[in-house]
Amino acid sequence: MSSAETTRAPFDPAVLFKAAFLAVVAIFVLVPLLATLLGGFKSLGELRVNPFGWPTHWEWQNYADILFSGRYWQLLRNSLIISTLTVTLTLITASMAAFTFAHVKFYGSSMLLSYLTLGLLFPAATAVLPLFIKVRDLGLLDTYFGVALPQVAFSLAMSVLLLRRFFRDIPHELLEAALVDGCSYVKFFRYVTLPLSRPILATVGTITFVNSWNAYLLPLVMLNTDALYPWPLGIMVYQGEYSSEWHLILAFITLTILPTIILFLLAQKHIVAGLTAGAVKG
Amino acid sequence: MTRRIAIVSAVGVTGETVPQATTRGPSWDGRFTVLILFLPPALLLFTLFVVLPIGEAAWYSGFNWNGFGRPTNWIGFDNYRFVLETRAFWLALRNNGLIIAVSLAVQLPLALTLALMLAERFRGAVALRMLFFMPYILAEIATGLIFSFVYDGDYGLVASIWRTFGAEAPHLLASTDTAMLAVLIVIVWKYFGFHMMLFIAALQSLDKSLIEAARIDGATRSQALRHVVIPLLYPTIRLSVFFAVVGSLQLFDLVMPLTRGGPADSSNTMVSFLYNNGISRMRVGYGSAIGVILFVICVTFAFTYKRWFMRDE
Repeated sequence: MSSAETTRAPFDPAVLFKAAFLAVVAIFVLVPLLATLLGGFKSLGELRVNPFGWPTHWEWQNYADILFSGRYWQLLRNSLIISTLTVTLTLITASMAAFTFAHVKFYGSSMLLSYLTLGLLFPAATAVLPLFIKVRDLGLLDTYFGVALPQVAFSLAMSVLLLRRFFRDIPHELLEAALVDGCSYVKFFRYVTLPLSRPILATVGTITFVNSWNAYLLPLVMLNTDALYPWPLGIMVYQGEYSSEWHLILAFITLTILPTIILFLLAQKHIVAGLTAGAVKG
Repeated sequence: MTRRIAIVSAVGVTGETVPQATTRGPSWDGRFTVLILFLPPALLLFTLFVVLPIGEAAWYSGFNWNGFGRPTNWIGFDNYRFVLETRAFWLALRNNGLIIAVSLAVQLPLALTLALMLAERFRGAVALRMLFFMPYILAEIATGLIFSFVYDGDYGLVASIWRTFGAEAPHLLASTDTAMLAVLIVIVWKYFGFHMMLFIAALQSLDKSLIEAARIDGATRSQALRHVVIPLLYPTIRLSVFFAVVGSLQLFDLVMPLTRGGPADSSNTMVSFLYNNGISRMRVGYGSAIGVILFVICVTFAFTYKRWFMRDE
C-alpha cells in the first residue's frame, strides 16, 4: 500500500494531514494518562491550579506513602493469587478438554463442544445473583476460590476453542506413531502436545490473566472482607476514603496500573495476538 | 506387549487398514481413560458455574426472594412486569443503544481510518499502534477513575480548560444532561484501539496482489481503497460491530467509578441497572428477572447476527 510518491515527498498535504490526525489522537490518548502520573507528584493545591503541566515541586511523598503502606502490597498480592489460580486452573482444564476434542473421536464430541461454546454467548453478569447463591451454598463465599472458580468457568469456552484449533494442527500421524510405540494418550499430551503448544498456552494464559487481574464484578459480589480484596475493589474503597484528595488517588491509580503496563510492554505479542486473533478466528 | 508388536509388524505388511485396528483395538482403553480423566473437570466447572446459574435465574425470577432460606413466595411473572414498568430499565436500554450507536458512528470509522494509516510501515507506526491499544488493556475501573479525575469540576482537566476561558467549570458527571455523554467519550477512548488492532490484523493478511491489480488497471489510491480494500474488510467490520454490541451489553466496570449509573439513573447500562436494583439490595427474584432479560437479548442478538451477517464465517 505505501507507495513511494506519498511517503517520500515531505510536503505532500496528505502526509501532513495524516501526521496531524495521528498527533491529535495520540494526545487524546496520552493526556489523561500523563496527567494521572504527574498528578501523583503534585500537592492538592498545585493540582487545582495546574492539573496539566509538570509539577513545580515534586511531591515524592504521595508515592512513597503508598509504596510503604501494607495496603498496596496486600491488594496486589490478592490480585496475584486470584489471577494465578484462575490462569492455572483454566490452562489445566481447558487444555485437557481441548486435547480430547482435538484428538479423541467419540460419540457426542461435537455436541459437547457446542455445549461449551454456549459460554461465549452471554456475560457472567446475567446470572450473577444465582452464581452468588451457588458460591454461598458451596461455602466458598469470601474465599479466593469463590472468585477464581467462576472466572475459570467463564473463560473456558474461549480457551478451549483457541487451544483445540492449535492442537488439531499437530500432525495426527505423530499421535498414531506414538500410540503404536506404546505411548498412552495421557503421556502424549504431557510430553508432546503441551511442549509443542507453548505459544498458544502463553496466549491463552495472558488473556485469562489480564481479564482476571482487571475483573471487578465477580470479586465485588463474592468477597466481603477487605483483607481479601483484589486491587480494583481496593482502589474503589481507597477512592471512597480519600474522596477529593485527588493527588493521593492519582498516585494510587498510577501504582496499580503500573504492573499492567509493564506486563503489556513485556508480553505485547501475546496480548495483542491473544486479544485480537482469538476474536478474528474464534 | 506381544499384541502391539504384532500390530507394528502388521502395519508394514498391509499398510492402510491396520492403523484403524490400532485405534479400535488396544487403545480403546486409552481413549476411555482420556474421556474419563480429561473432559469432566471442564464440563463440571462449566455446568456448575455457567449453565446451572442461568437455569436457576429463570427459576428464581418467579419468586419474591431476598436470598435467605428457600424461595417460597411464588409470584409468577410479576418480577418481569415490575422490571418492564421501571423507567430506569428503559433508560438503561436506551443507553446501551446509545453506546452501540456511538460505536458504529464514531469508534468504528476512527478505528478503520487509523488502521489504514498504521498498517503501512513507517517510523513510529508500531509505537503508535501500541499506544492506541494501551487503553484497552487497562482495567475499566482504573480507566473510570482516571476520567472521573479528568471530568472533576474542581481539580480536573476539563475544568481547567474551562477556567482558562473564564467560564464556570461544569460538573459533567453530576448532571443528567452530560453524564452519559461523558461516559460515551470514555468508551471511545478505551475501545477504539482494540477495533483498530482487529482491522490492522485483517489488513496485514489481505491479498496484496488484488490491490496491485486494481492499481495497475488504473484505479487511484482512493478508488482502490473504496472498491477493493473496504469490501475485503467487510467480514472484519461485521466482527467489529458484533464486539461493539456484545461489549455494550456487558458494560459495567467503567460506569461504576464514573457515575454509578446516576445521576437519577441517567447513565445506567443494563448491567449497572442489574447491579443497583438487584444485587446491591439482594432482591434475588427481581435481579434474576433482569438477568434473564439480558440473557435473552444477548442470545437472540448473537444468533440472529450470526445468521444474517456472518453466515460465511
